[in-house]
Amino acid sequence: MPRWGMAVDLDRCDGCGACVTACHAENNISTVGADQASRGRAKHWIRVERYWEGEFPDVRLKFRPVMCQHCGNAPCEPVCPTYASHHTPDGLNAQVYNRCIGTRYCANACPYNVRFFDFFNPSWDKPLHLQLNPDVSLREVGVMEKCTFCVQRIKAATIQAKAEDRNIADGEIKPACAQACPAQALVFGDLDDPESAVSRLSRSSRGSKLLEDRGTKPAVTYLSRQS
Amino acid sequence: MSASPSPSHGQINTDLLRPLLKTSWKFYAVVTILGGIVVTALVSWLSQMFYGFGISGIRWPVYWGFYVTSFVFWIGISHAGTLISAILRLVDAGWRRPVTRCAEVITVFALMIGAMFPIIHLGRPWLAFWLIPYPSERLIWPNFRSPLVWDFFAINTYLTGSLLFLLLPMIPDFAVVRDKSTGLRRRVYTLLALGWRGTPKQWHRLESAMAIMAIAIVPVAVSVHTIVSFDFSMAPVPMWQSTIFGPYFVAGAIFSGIAGLLIAMAILRRVLHLEQYLHPIHFENLGKLLLVMALLWGYFVFNERLVTYYGNEPSEMAVFWRTQRESFAPLYWTMVTGNFVLPLVIMGIKRFRTITGCVIASLGVVVGMWLERFLIIVPSLGHKYLPYSYGIYRPQPVEIIIAGATFAAMTLLYVLFVKIVPIISIWELKAGEHQPPDTTHPAAEERRLREQHS
Repeated sequence: MPRWGMAVDLDRCDGCGACVTACHAENNISTVGADQASRGRAKHWIRVERYWEGEFPDVRLKFRPVMCQHCGNAPCEPVCPTYASHHTPDGLNAQVYNRCIGTRYCANACPYNVRFFDFFNPSWDKPLHLQLNPDVSLREVGVMEKCTFCVQRIKAATIQAKAEDRNIADGEIKPACAQACPAQALVFGDLDDPESAVSRLSRSSRGSKLLEDRGTKPAVTYLSRQS
Repeated sequence: MSASPSPSHGQINTDLLRPLLKTSWKFYAVVTILGGIVVTALVSWLSQMFYGFGISGIRWPVYWGFYVTSFVFWIGISHAGTLISAILRLVDAGWRRPVTRCAEVITVFALMIGAMFPIIHLGRPWLAFWLIPYPSERLIWPNFRSPLVWDFFAINTYLTGSLLFLLLPMIPDFAVVRDKSTGLRRRVYTLLALGWRGTPKQWHRLESAMAIMAIAIVPVAVSVHTIVSFDFSMAPVPMWQSTIFGPYFVAGAIFSGIAGLLIAMAILRRVLHLEQYLHPIHFENLGKLLLVMALLWGYFVFNERLVTYYGNEPSEMAVFWRTQRESFAPLYWTMVTGNFVLPLVIMGIKRFRTITGCVIASLGVVVGMWLERFLIIVPSLGHKYLPYSYGIYRPQPVEIIIAGATFAAMTLLYVLFVKIVPIISIWELKAGEHQPPDTTHPAAEERRLREQHS
């Protein structure tokens, strides 16, 4: 059984936002418009956080793509009263939309604030409603949603590999964000395979976890900037 | 107990049954106004379901706001009753007799209102029944590790227990109403009185049941608000993860409960002309309790704040300063004034410990305790670990209407209750002037009870 994880090389990230766009397209995440976005209703399963360091003119701009960290010890899971938020055997922090009743407790417990609530039923301006991904279910009003590491792609590849009676090759599965990243800052793979690209990167001395001291055991490793 | 002469038994019956038997136009006016407010809130909630949760002020990352504040507040108010009246019963405080039922009613109604909020605040309230562990063919159970499921059980247990605790001592009073009324009313109260004849056996059974309930309800009440506090302290959010939250919440709940009870008693005394039954001494005694709880509350807040300050954990300090002297400081210091300074000054000085003084202090406490819950929830959620995800919360009309209408709902339920049940326990009031039943000869006791019910 693999254990899925990701490595994010902050040295490579230039904050272009392609990952955010790709994620919206792949996962049928509805946009809410400028007005609602300003009221905190935007849903970005992956976001590029910007931090400025230093005083003008000696300013350094830093980017950090943040998505669900798929914690091994996830605070969002025990608090859900209906098991909508739960852990899968392959290390994913799954969200069952149809089981969610919308207490939003998971989002409060999440230290990374990567869980999003559907404040309205999703809608798309025409003709965008024609480009929905048939592999991803739409979420109705009142449920929580979040990054799944593109579980639909993981499942498809797993089924394919099983049908061909082989193991999943490293790099065979690419979440939409990793696929879209022009600098290849995002690397996805199996952390239980010591030879996989993501495992090698995660062992790097540059690596650290986000809010590691919260004890959440994230599956995402950030490689710090060298320059 | 008081300087004024005690009313006779006949007088007690007449005075305490008057609201049940006579209805003026004022009653209908009050019910219409309060009912209108409650209906407005209901429409607001329906529109929230219809248009989507987005019409509220809830947002990323402040996912809990007025609704959860109201939830904790009303569950807190509910501790007035049962807990206070159970403790006063257990220590056999004679002055409790006219007070207990007012308090127990607050408990039941406040719980009913408070228990609405976890449903109102749900994204999909029509699926709230998934919290019930019913056996289904898919073998899906609620998550028993979730504090929200603990809440569900704790509140249901408490509601059941406090309903029993309220209903038991009402049985003899239903019998009094039955005997004093005619027609349809008589038939209804005959049913409610459950065949009460006032035999020594029945009295004995009632007393035993009351003793069992009084002992059982105290740990239940303590556990309820501890579990409500667990909703917060079990989540890794700055200023939420605190070992002090359990007792802090229980103390705050009893504190706000006493304040609610004092306000209700003052209104009842004025509106129903119960001056002969609710004496200044009752207000003074409860005022002293309010003073004790204010000191306890101050002690807990001092502990919470000082320990956080010395702990100096960065994310906690950010929230700490936000409430202490930044954007939430005006609310914070209003809370400290209402919860600590005001009750301490008014209840601490004997001259001010009057009925008016009690009401003023209690209003301060009610406002302060509402703000306390708000200040626990919102500043922390808006200021978690990653600075990128900081956020502010602005309540929207739908939340303000629903949160405000709960006060109208409480009053409405109270007004309707006073119309159907004597708000002061008639038999307990009468029993208070006699020796306890078990020290008198059974035959004499039976004659006495027969006399007082005739």
